[in-house]
Amino acid sequence: MSAIDAAAVERWLRRFAELIAAHEADLTTLDSAIGDADHGANMQRGMQAVVAVLDGGAAEQPADLLRQVGMTLVSKVGGASGPLYGTFFLRMAPALSGTTVDGAAFAAALRAGLNGVVARGRAEPGDKTMFDALAPAFDTLDAALADGRPLADALQAASKAADAGRDATGPLIARKGRASYLGERSVGHVDPGATSSALLVAATAALVVDEGPA
Amino acid sequence: MKKLINHPSDVVRDALAGIDAAYPDLTVDHELRFVRRADAPVAGKVGLLSGGGSGHEPLHAGLVGHGMLDAACAGEVFTSPVPDQILAATRAIDSGAGVLHIVKNYTGDVLNFEMAAELAAESGIEVASVIVDDDVAVQDSLYTAGRRGVAATLLVEKIAGAAAEQGRKLADVAAIAQRVDDLSRSMGVALTSCTVPAAGRPTFDLPETEMELGIGIHGEPGRRRVPLAPAAEIAEQLLEPVLADLDLAGADVLAFVNGLGGTPNIELYVMYNEVAAILAKAGVRIARSLVGSYVTSLDMAGCSVTLLRLDDELTALWDAPVQTTALRWGR
Repeated sequence: MSAIDAAAVERWLRRFAELIAAHEADLTTLDSAIGDADHGANMQRGMQAVVAVLDGGAAEQPADLLRQVGMTLVSKVGGASGPLYGTFFLRMAPALSGTTVDGAAFAAALRAGLNGVVARGRAEPGDKTMFDALAPAFDTLDAALADGRPLADALQAASKAADAGRDATGPLIARKGRASYLGERSVGHVDPGATSSALLVAATAALVVDEGPA
Repeated sequence: MKKLINHPSDVVRDALAGIDAAYPDLTVDHELRFVRRADAPVAGKVGLLSGGGSGHEPLHAGLVGHGMLDAACAGEVFTSPVPDQILAATRAIDSGAGVLHIVKNYTGDVLNFEMAAELAAESGIEVASVIVDDDVAVQDSLYTAGRRGVAATLLVEKIAGAAAEQGRKLADVAAIAQRVDDLSRSMGVALTSCTVPAAGRPTFDLPETEMELGIGIHGEPGRRRVPLAPAAEIAEQLLEPVLADLDLAGADVLAFVNGLGGTPNIELYVMYNEVAAILAKAGVRIARSLVGSYVTSLDMAGCSVTLLRLDDELTALWDAPVQTTALRWGR
């Protein structure tokens, strides 16, 4: 029962948009401390544009849908988060084929997305970036699926790992982006990109809700 | 917030409309938000494209014209433009001789220009990029995003623009742009914060008696907060890290005192006088100079000082004719 189709991907993206909207002010506050105070507004603008695309009738295959979403974010967001989130979805797309995929294939696509982000942003573990939330989340997801745990459980475990990774950015010295100009003054602040990334992982719960006819 | 605007979210759109209305030599794409020479692409000439977040005017749109940029992309205030804009502008100015992207070193700008350059390359346009990173306030190490691009961006655009106007090839123009960046260093100071229209309040608080040394052009923090001092001492504080970073003893330089948007020219002249005195004492000869507000940070009060080590070639390119709305001579 872990087949993921375009409708499931759409639920994930809509849930992510809801979480971004609910946390816009928090993201801005975090970014005011160590960045330039625009992460909340930029992500909100981008995800509203994504929702508009979804409302306009989304693609029928997960890969096409993710490609649309990636292009929308790249062309609407600007800053660093546009190219990074856009690349994430654009690079997920080629890893998915057909109208439905299983959990393992979806996890592999998430991994491909993360690899795209790393290639684009040249982030390494502990740089205090979105990588620090996404990498432990996808490691946990892969391990849970390999253990044969149901997709819903595995996604929940991944979300916990993302939250832990996000929180662990607090004590780190930023080495990428505008926060890196602060050097040691970035210590004590959780990274805004890791925070929005943890929301992206939390939203994956929506991939498996609503299964079957209501 | 007191600003001459209609609505905070319309500032960039309305400013581009104003540029369009004021300057017949420029063409504005309002949909994709870029300003280009009306006569671009210029046959046989390498195209020069820059851009970035808005709020630094006259950079970049004010530097579009003969002898300088062919186009400039305008992002939201302090937010980089997106690849669609950059790609469209690249296409609009490519004569077949290729396009040089001049990018200030901020993660957002670098990533968006990089994506656009990849897309342009896929569509058969030859693109080279130079990343401007002249701000000595930021430690340049593996552990930062690297030095920020600030006022030397104007020098890169002017000198590379002159080289392109002479009909040099893309690789040569890119090499000259890189050389200008390599030989330039800047340091800035803020007396007040800027106010981003969408935020409606100052980005940071700075008491009457203090200044932020090593300020960036987006109100991001600098090296340290220090007591306000007479201009002579401020000039010392700005030049000390510049001279420590670039060996200029006995060299000819271009000295550029740049206002950050909220400082009157009379104060910039006071600062220039102090800069000139310090350089004379240090045995550095000012061969060329520029004083004015060109690379600004909205309404921030303060200034930056940029030194470029000159040689005969760079001096000749600096002196070459230029005709933009903000910089104009020899033509």
